[in-house]
Amino acid sequence: MIVDQRGWMTAEEFNEAFALSQFLPGPNVVNFSVVFGSRFGGAAGAAVALAGLMGPPLIIVTVLAFLYAQFGDIEMLGRILAGITSAAVGLLIAVVAKMAAPLFRKRWDWAPLIAIAAFVGVAIMQWPLPLVFVVLAPISIGLAWIKR
Amino acid sequence: MNDNPLIPLFGYFAMLSLFAVGGANAAIPEMHRIAVDVMHWMSDRQFADSFAIAQISPGPNIIIVTLIGYHVAGLAGAAVATVAMCGPTCVFAFLVARTWDHFKEARWRIAIQAGLVPVSLGLIGASAFVLARSADHNIYAALITAVTAIVAFATRINPLWLFAAGGILGLSGWL
Repeated sequence: MIVDQRGWMTAEEFNEAFALSQFLPGPNVVNFSVVFGSRFGGAAGAAVALAGLMGPPLIIVTVLAFLYAQFGDIEMLGRILAGITSAAVGLLIAVVAKMAAPLFRKRWDWAPLIAIAAFVGVAIMQWPLPLVFVVLAPISIGLAWIKR
Repeated sequence: MNDNPLIPLFGYFAMLSLFAVGGANAAIPEMHRIAVDVMHWMSDRQFADSFAIAQISPGPNIIIVTLIGYHVAGLAGAAVATVAMCGPTCVFAFLVARTWDHFKEARWRIAIQAGLVPVSLGLIGASAFVLARSADHNIYAALITAVTAIVAFATRINPLWLFAAGGILGLSGWL
């Protein structure tokens, strides 16, 4: 919509902004709205884009949070949510597989090792994310630097 | 004084927002560790439920922090958690967006982008693992996960259909 209907950005600018928000820390879509909004109206543009993105969902989810607090104990609701969670986990696995395919398909280099180390550190060892990140991110960036 | 949950709520999510490369999906294990294991804000099942609600809600999945915040401290908790999770990273994104274009071809910039991909991949994998442990308690639940993974990988189906199917199967009482 941003590119095709409104002509707010060229496709190239869009990809650029999207790539940037992908690897900034924090929620990608939120980052994107800030990057996108700031291109137009600086800080005000970023704030407007953010409010537009987050406002309506926040109202809806607050209502859902209230309803869950009231009715979360109902067994039927619990069963439905459990089924949704199981499906959502499957979706996550598909995301991982799609991301991993290009990394693992290249000849065996450092990228899969870093990914496996991050997985083991957080999922198996249950170390704090900031710790794992502070150790692995510099190593990974350093390896990417050397390889170029 | 120290019992006010809003302070750790803000502190944890503000910190998390700066390390969650890969977005909400990468931050799930750390949220789970804090909310369930460290702070005992909620049960494993309540966390998994919050995740499910955030998935089917419109808007970014990071909205799970709003649900956790609400669970901990009502409306104030919801507001504090949301601002903490989005605030620091928004300021950061804003600052980076202004300077980033000047370094389009810089070698260090390419290295950062390439280097962070495998890290976030591992983190998202860890999210799937942590949630699977919370949600897939029996063979039917694990089957839903496996089938959903295959369908989502092989097709471009709207995820809402998969959630609907999972919810109906869950309701049927097999899980």
